[in-house]
Amino acid sequence: MDVSVVRAGMQTTVQDLGRRGHLAEGVPAGGAADPFALRVANLLVGNAEDLPALEVTLIGPELEFAEAAWIAVCGARFENVPAWRPVRVEAGGRIRFGKRLQGCRAYLSIAGGFDVEPVMGGRGTLLSAGIGGFQGRALRDLDVLRSVRSERNLSGHWSIDERVLPHYSPEPTVRVIPGAHAEEFGEALYTGRFGVCARSNRMGIRLEGPRLARAGSGDLVSTAVAPGTIQVPPDGNPIVLMVDAQTLGGYPRVGHVASVDFPLLAQLAPGDGVRFSRTTVGEAHALARALEHRIALLHQGLSEKVRSR
Amino acid sequence: MKLEPLGDSAVLATLEAGNGGASLARVLSFAEAVVAAKRPGITDVVPAYGTVAAFYDPSRFTEALGDAYGEVCRFLESCAGRPGAAGPAPAGRLLEVPVCYGGIHGPDLERVAELCKVSAGEAASLHAGAEYLVHAIGFTPGFPYLGGLPEALRAPRRDTPRAHVPAGSVAIGGSQTGVYPVDSPGGWQIIGRTPMALFRPAETPAALLRPGDRVRFRAISPQDFSSWT
Repeated sequence: MDVSVVRAGMQTTVQDLGRRGHLAEGVPAGGAADPFALRVANLLVGNAEDLPALEVTLIGPELEFAEAAWIAVCGARFENVPAWRPVRVEAGGRIRFGKRLQGCRAYLSIAGGFDVEPVMGGRGTLLSAGIGGFQGRALRDLDVLRSVRSERNLSGHWSIDERVLPHYSPEPTVRVIPGAHAEEFGEALYTGRFGVCARSNRMGIRLEGPRLARAGSGDLVSTAVAPGTIQVPPDGNPIVLMVDAQTLGGYPRVGHVASVDFPLLAQLAPGDGVRFSRTTVGEAHALARALEHRIALLHQGLSEKVRSR
Repeated sequence: MKLEPLGDSAVLATLEAGNGGASLARVLSFAEAVVAAKRPGITDVVPAYGTVAAFYDPSRFTEALGDAYGEVCRFLESCAGRPGAAGPAPAGRLLEVPVCYGGIHGPDLERVAELCKVSAGEAASLHAGAEYLVHAIGFTPGFPYLGGLPEALRAPRRDTPRAHVPAGSVAIGGSQTGVYPVDSPGGWQIIGRTPMALFRPAETPAALLRPGDRVRFRAISPQDFSSWT
């Protein structure tokens, strides 16, 4: 089934839950910056949770559907687009993302998933290498995407219980596991608000706030870094690495954001702010387990409402 | 071996340092031992400069509920104790990489030559005359960090990084040299360009080089560059 891109939006890419096993080749995991929103968008239309969907950034697209379809949009909220529930689009119908209301990235899933070839074990777009997704790039006006044909029976009018959602906010507090060089920076990371710079992207969120001055000195050797790693370059303005970040880094590591809070990071738009609080690896794992439990319950609840035909 | 959390899904192991850190051979044989153990839940093993990072899926380490990190650490320690873990690394291959030095392909060659007080031709010969060792792969897909740059060719990074460095660019950054496999921003001095693809996403592995490989550069003409297939 064809989905035509009338207007592409600012940066609309096909994303899934990322590729594993290629970090040693310098290829980041990538995938949805907000994996929670992508998983739920897929579950809402009866898909497996890792099928490729569209990641919409700040300015959304306008899409035309050749045939009737079930879609869902989760994550950032836009005018004209109902969020966190399945939406029926009729044949020839259009979805036009209006003004952004909250958040940075929305995920548009379609029953059956978008039909793109896997590259290196993932269907997501890695912009820095020009691979995966739709021709290795962000969508452009007049592109035509294809979705895998599939029939769904969805019963009743409903949306999901918002209490299962992460605490999305333009001023969230995210939890941080202290990094190898945490002590060299004292308390500065935990004492103030950091503003999100416009140069932020899927590789990293650039922050400005209390300057992080390092007590130690000297160059560090490059080591592996991970999504969530908070690096501090010499100018003292921290960078939180995101899903497409480079795989090695040589700046001091003041901390690492807990995976469970990646959705909050992904929804930070330029001008938003973020605060940090301390956690531990054990707590971060407990939070991740609790999140998986919530998603499993959601999956179970949805399976009664959404059936493949 | 020192172990530290790299967030909640990776552990960074720093191997015991001799003078100047653990040798590349030790790092690679340890990384190889971790990969060879085929422990379910370990998703990636990333060696670099005296360290090896093991990425893991916490939900797969449930022996002691609530201590996935400890379980991964014990696994890594067991790998270090395995016979062969401290032994010789898998032998690296020697690859020849053709480079067209200077001109439009190497816009910083003159500057590097000036900084190093040699002629551009001498700088190119020095670069092509050495044998390099791949210490790590990263920065961008397939980017090799190469050690072994002749001291006479050391040149600082550019004050302002370029927003766009074309794929294939061969560059010098401090005491290292490398090749940009994909178009990317970059702050190193670009001295030439190879027509050879160092990142080939349709092949396995996609990165042409791996740590431990050795590289020699061979100077080619602009005509050879253009007609390379």
